[in-house]
Amino acid sequence: MPKILVVTSGKGGVGKTTSTAALGAALAQSNHKVAVVDFDVGLRNLDLVMGAERRVVYDLINVAQGDAKLHQALIRDKRLDNLYLLAASQTRDKDALTEDGVRRVIDELRERFDWIVCDSPAGIERGATLAMRFADVAVVVANPEVSSVRDSDRIIGLLDAKTEIAENGGRMEKHLLLTRYDAGRAARGEMLNVEDVLEILSIPLLGVIPESEEVLRASNVGTPVTLHSGVSAPSRAYADAARRLCGVEVPMEIPSDKKGLLVRLFGRRAA
Amino acid sequence: MKLFDFFNRRGSAPVARERLQILLAHERASVSNSNLVALLHREVLAAVSKHIEIDPEKVEIKLREGDKVSLLEIDIEISTSASARGGLSDAAA
Repeated sequence: MPKILVVTSGKGGVGKTTSTAALGAALAQSNHKVAVVDFDVGLRNLDLVMGAERRVVYDLINVAQGDAKLHQALIRDKRLDNLYLLAASQTRDKDALTEDGVRRVIDELRERFDWIVCDSPAGIERGATLAMRFADVAVVVANPEVSSVRDSDRIIGLLDAKTEIAENGGRMEKHLLLTRYDAGRAARGEMLNVEDVLEILSIPLLGVIPESEEVLRASNVGTPVTLHSGVSAPSRAYADAARRLCGVEVPMEIPSDKKGLLVRLFGRRAA
Repeated sequence: MKLFDFFNRRGSAPVARERLQILLAHERASVSNSNLVALLHREVLAAVSKHIEIDPEKVEIKLREGDKVSLLEIDIEISTSASARGGLSDAAA
């Protein structure tokens, strides 16, 4: 059964696109056929984070409006041949997306992929509601910071009210992905800790991604962080989160960038 | 002095947590109330229109929250020409 996963947050800049690319690549690495879809019409960036910005010819809106075939618009990843990208349009307005158009594209993707990972734009308007509209599973990305947690709460409310699964009386499966986490600061009481955020939002934890320089390094070169360095802390955290999405029980730990000597000597070179 | 500060410092995270808990309790209540009002609107309309012809536009439902009690106001305007059905002759809202 193919799964439609939406990566959403309400607030901007918390790591939706980074997480979409990282989770998509990690799922593809465990041999699932994956499509990552950018819903941020007008401000597309998933193509850039995936390193495919120069290969975009057709986009989501072209397919939704019937101006291009799905196979023409899907961009196959150069590193993993079971990972594909459907970019958003950079020139069009978000109103060019319609519910029927998105439904048709999702239905067609469902026939070809195991996982369809939808990267939601920030906010709670059309782009964001359409990205979550047909999802079965939601990953709510939040930073341990008051405005992000408040917006996540709002998004959780929308996931439970404005999605097709909710309107049909079903339950949206929701997971929290806590990103940019600094375990040291949380321990010193300078940052909301994992338990604080879980208690406030009351949805299950999918993973904790530590704050790390590696995330910027990976996006600089257009590589999902899980493909950039398998040993870095965020890469391991995302890989564990992806396994949990597939129902594998992985003990929850917060990986740290404090590396052993061997990794420091040899890991850096691979990065 | 530094040592004293260190032991005295509690960090700002507990403040963040408390502020969020209070704020979200409030916001969740207001969102769920607006859903409740919409639901009541639909159901009251359905129940009343079984017996009296009413204009859906002329139904007003408000939920006013006070400190001790909340007030649910249901206002239904019935035009004098509306024919009562089902033996109800005196229509009162």
